[in-house]
Amino acid sequence: MAKVGLDGHDRGLRVVARILRDAGFEVVYAGLRQSPETIAAMTAQEDVDVVGVSMHNGAHLTLAPAVVDALRAAGLDTPVVIGGIVPPDDVATLLDQGVAAVLGPGASNDEVVASVRGAAGVGPLS
Amino acid sequence: MSGVPLEPVYGPVDAELPGQFPYTRGPYASMYRSRLWTMRQFAGFGSAADTNGRFKELLRAGGDGLSTAFDMPTLLGRDSDDPLAKGEVGRAGVAVDTLDDMETLFADIDLGAVSTSMTINSPAAPVLAMYVKVADKSRVARAALSGTIQNDILKEYQAQKEYVFPPRPSVRLVTDVVRFAAAELPRWHPVSVSGYHIREAGSTAAQELAFTLANGFAYVEAAVAAGSDVDEFAPRLSFFFNAHIDFFEEIAKYRAARRIWARWMRDRYGASKDRSLQLRFHTQTAGVSLTAQQPQVNLVRVAIEALAGVLGGTQSLHTDSFDEALALPTEHAARLALRTQQVIAEESGVVHVADPLGGSWFVEELTDELERQAEDVFAHLLEAGSGSILDGVIACVDDGWFVSEIADAAYGFQSKIARDEWKLVGVNAYVEDEDLATPTLTIDPAVEKEQLARLAAIKQAREDDAVRRSLARIAGDAADPAVNLMPALIEAAGHMVTVGEAMHALETVFGTYVERQVA
Repeated sequence: MAKVGLDGHDRGLRVVARILRDAGFEVVYAGLRQSPETIAAMTAQEDVDVVGVSMHNGAHLTLAPAVVDALRAAGLDTPVVIGGIVPPDDVATLLDQGVAAVLGPGASNDEVVASVRGAAGVGPLS
Repeated sequence: MSGVPLEPVYGPVDAELPGQFPYTRGPYASMYRSRLWTMRQFAGFGSAADTNGRFKELLRAGGDGLSTAFDMPTLLGRDSDDPLAKGEVGRAGVAVDTLDDMETLFADIDLGAVSTSMTINSPAAPVLAMYVKVADKSRVARAALSGTIQNDILKEYQAQKEYVFPPRPSVRLVTDVVRFAAAELPRWHPVSVSGYHIREAGSTAAQELAFTLANGFAYVEAAVAAGSDVDEFAPRLSFFFNAHIDFFEEIAKYRAARRIWARWMRDRYGASKDRSLQLRFHTQTAGVSLTAQQPQVNLVRVAIEALAGVLGGTQSLHTDSFDEALALPTEHAARLALRTQQVIAEESGVVHVADPLGGSWFVEELTDELERQAEDVFAHLLEAGSGSILDGVIACVDDGWFVSEIADAAYGFQSKIARDEWKLVGVNAYVEDEDLATPTLTIDPAVEKEQLARLAAIKQAREDDAVRRSLARIAGDAADPAVNLMPALIEAAGHMVTVGEAMHALETVFGTYVERQVA
């Protein structure tokens, strides 16, 4: 779970980390000011199944693909889920650029868990 | 209304009055009867020229103060050509790298006549220095400059996370700005002690109140420790609160804030000037309360929140635009937000009586309760700081206490929403099948390219020796805590030293802050 770039608004990141922990995920909390490269390194090191990136400041069209590309450059095909403020018109673009899923404002706890499980290729909670 | 002449205020003969210690009911006796709150809409995007245009539109539409939103690189003291700025230039606000940008930002706007707020924290000192230099160059007297710079670093560690340097040197920078303003900018607010961001990060109303006031007390202690008399600077301290959707709780929060500040300033810090005891604040309606679903419903939320701010006695107000759950506001949405304030001011009649809810059993009980909860927090901080709020706040920043309190509260709210205990219209109540796309403001990627070109040209044209000398002076002054950094920063601004260069010079002395992981 990380934020890339300069933005420090991490309420969503912290809340989603807890939602996922409560749902049984092991969460590696990388926190603020990560770069695509540090995310890729951590993903490899911790053998992570899904990368979650929180984005709120309008830079998603640059930063999200950068994360995907950094993972691929490191030889990883780990799915990336983006959460935060992404205008609906940009969602398709992000998916085209290799993002696995986008969680927008108002996503429920259940939607968050389902989205991450889906990205990880794990079946739904029974 | 209805032909009944209204009294300026109501209550029994022995009731506390607005404009009277401890100012629960308002800092001024007549409140909005004499002077309305300032309608100060936050704005900023793209280049300085783009934002200058939006400033002028807002002034034309009836706004009476400016409020500047900077982009992420600027907020973190980085230039547009910094590698970390890629993709972020001009997106969350306006890009300001040099004096040239600052001049363009306020082109054709008389800084001696229009009050300006600048929302920036870690780089507040170099940015204010640029603003002062613009005024100097336009021959506007420093004493005529009216406005605010947020300059509230403590809440960055607690909530917004736009920190650069560690807490102690950062508080020194805040203090330098406060003391410089006390000496040279008598109409300027050198700090806007902010609860807005703390609340947006997920705190409760009581936490917002308590943490904000504690930060205010911390700055008072810091400035006094630096040698200022409390009455020299306290009159110009200002505050900034959130206006969330729980209507009566918010009104009570503002009233409790005024009462607490007055008592502490007089009884603990020995302030005696009325202005030192009168808490004055700006309010912004809660960004986190806006939904992407059924966005026009946000107009209703903002109206309710704005009304709470007014009934709570705010001095200045920003109303969010209905499309802001998804992006920066379009011009149309920004204008509607301003009109919301104008309807309250001109049509609703609430402005004719000061503290009209004073005496309501409910509101008075809520006010007392919030005050009690805040005092519990102050007790915790005093203990953590062995009798100093400043030391207590820094200790609790260092051990992650604020961050974990806020995170717990945020998770609590989310859980209530998940259990449907809290209804959000359009999200977990009255949900509609809808297309969430709404016309939103998009930032042209050309903005970044053009800003980079401008910056390169300035770096090319300026005097390298003067830049080097200025940076050396900044670093030298930073190394001596007894020296006020503002003169060096103002001089540097004049030589086209960039925000990023000034911040880097400071960083070589102050170091950088790394947040302790609490998750």
